[in-house]
Amino acid sequence: MDLIRLDRLAVPGRLQPLRLALAPGEMLGVIGPNGAGKSTLLNALAGVQPYSGTLDYFGFDARRLGPKQRAQRIGFLPQSHHSAWSLCVEDVVALGRLPWGDEDAALIESAMARTGVLPWRRRKVAQLSGGEQARVWLARVLAGQPVLLLADEPVASLDLLHQRKVMELLREHARQDRAVVLSIHDLGLAARYCDKLCLLAEGQLLAFGTPREVLTEAHVAAAFQVEVHVDLDAQPPIILPK
Amino acid sequence: MARLITPLLALLALGLALLSLGLGSTQVSVITGLLDWLSGGNGADAIVIGEIRLPRTLLALAVGAALGLAGAALQGLLRNPLADPGLTGASQGAALGAATVFYFGLLPWAGAFAPALAGLCGAAIALVLMLALAGSSGAGMVLLAGLAISTLSGALLAAVLNFAPNPYAMQELVFWLLGSVSERGLEHLLLLGPALLIGFGLIWSQRRLLLGLSLGEQVAQSLGLAHKRGSRLIVLGCALLVGASVAVAGGIGFVGLLVPHLVRPLVRHRPDRLLIPSALAGASLVCLADMAVRLLPPGRELKLGVLTALIGAPLFIWLVWKERKQWI
Repeated sequence: MDLIRLDRLAVPGRLQPLRLALAPGEMLGVIGPNGAGKSTLLNALAGVQPYSGTLDYFGFDARRLGPKQRAQRIGFLPQSHHSAWSLCVEDVVALGRLPWGDEDAALIESAMARTGVLPWRRRKVAQLSGGEQARVWLARVLAGQPVLLLADEPVASLDLLHQRKVMELLREHARQDRAVVLSIHDLGLAARYCDKLCLLAEGQLLAFGTPREVLTEAHVAAAFQVEVHVDLDAQPPIILPK
Repeated sequence: MARLITPLLALLALGLALLSLGLGSTQVSVITGLLDWLSGGNGADAIVIGEIRLPRTLLALAVGAALGLAGAALQGLLRNPLADPGLTGASQGAALGAATVFYFGLLPWAGAFAPALAGLCGAAIALVLMLALAGSSGAGMVLLAGLAISTLSGALLAAVLNFAPNPYAMQELVFWLLGSVSERGLEHLLLLGPALLIGFGLIWSQRRLLLGLSLGEQVAQSLGLAHKRGSRLIVLGCALLVGASVAVAGGIGFVGLLVPHLVRPLVRHRPDRLLIPSALAGASLVCLADMAVRLLPPGRELKLGVLTALIGAPLFIWLVWKERKQWI
């Protein structure tokens, strides 16, 4: 059974009706130029953006899930993060347990260990570098043990090392009965780490399928309005403007 | 350390309450007087403790707790350490309600209790108007609506002052507005107590929303927290707390603004864990300030609200200075 299935899911003025499905164990990359509707799609999946059409979660209409049940199953990592208060790393990660109404120390510690932020548990998040903070925000979502993890541009503005670390953590999460949907601008990383890609342009779905099916020169040129060189057999895959 | 803050502040509040009961022009035995009063005795100690000092002390604690709690909740909701609970419009509404009593001589049957009763009605009307004006919008608009109603109440209050029937009525009104917990009875607690309990209940039920909001509205919503409904309950709770405390004690400034700020580092800046310590610290601060007012040399009494403002304003300037340095 599909983990999520979208049928004619649309957001008026921002996202045309689209249809796609994601199986457990898969990682879906949402790609496309700025303003294509990537964040809108992720927000709709996260339940923070009203939508029309249907979104089935394990064959069950997601609208019929209560906000708490939904939050227990679907974790959302928004594009921009900022803590209003001078919280320490441990307390930020503990926020991931809010849908469960507990502060399970073992799960919080495990999420911090997996993301490598455990040594800074008592430090203020604001004192960490951008790359270190990105891992803390991710640890917050992982602490909630979501079946579906949504991440909006999780590697934007990160250096190469942190880009790889975050992508590997997401890849590791998308195993067995769990899945990940992320929006990403780096097409090379998308081709390397994602099982499926969803190419959006001006709110429309241009292509959906495996990286090899989606990342053709024709599709990318149509979406980004630029000629590209694509070599998916290279390690890592190369997608560069000509 | 963070776990010890609540019991420590509770002990501090209790200690200050006992000190406050023992403080006054007449030397009385606090414990004996209190026990005597509780058992229905009418000795001199029982009357001094039960009729004068106990209401004053309990009111100081309750007003401080209400203001500290309201400030912590509102700052958490707006994610702004400079938010003041007066923004809900309830305090100006309460002040206007009480002012009309002094001006028109309303509710003569209520006697000394009349300003408090009218103040609570004023706070309730301001609250209903604020919620009606805000409609179904989010926290920001609710507060803007509160500010608008507050401005309107302030203008009407100025008009009441302007047309005061005689200088004595105006003096009485101005002194009342300056804020004090003296010359009040236990019946005032009957008004403030329920408001404190309901306000606390409303805010406490939304403590997880306050924590979730640390990372913004979008994250709070994705964590399954009902932001719109929850923020209304918090604003309602704050307005009840502030409205009732202004109705009973007049304007006690800066407590709601500064107490949460002073307590925040002690609870690792977590907005959910700030609520009870802020209430206890507010209670301690107002009780301490009221004791300071009583310790001043006899003569013209310094009003409690004036003292908290005199202490609070420099602290506020320091706070703005500290915040400013972060922006440079």
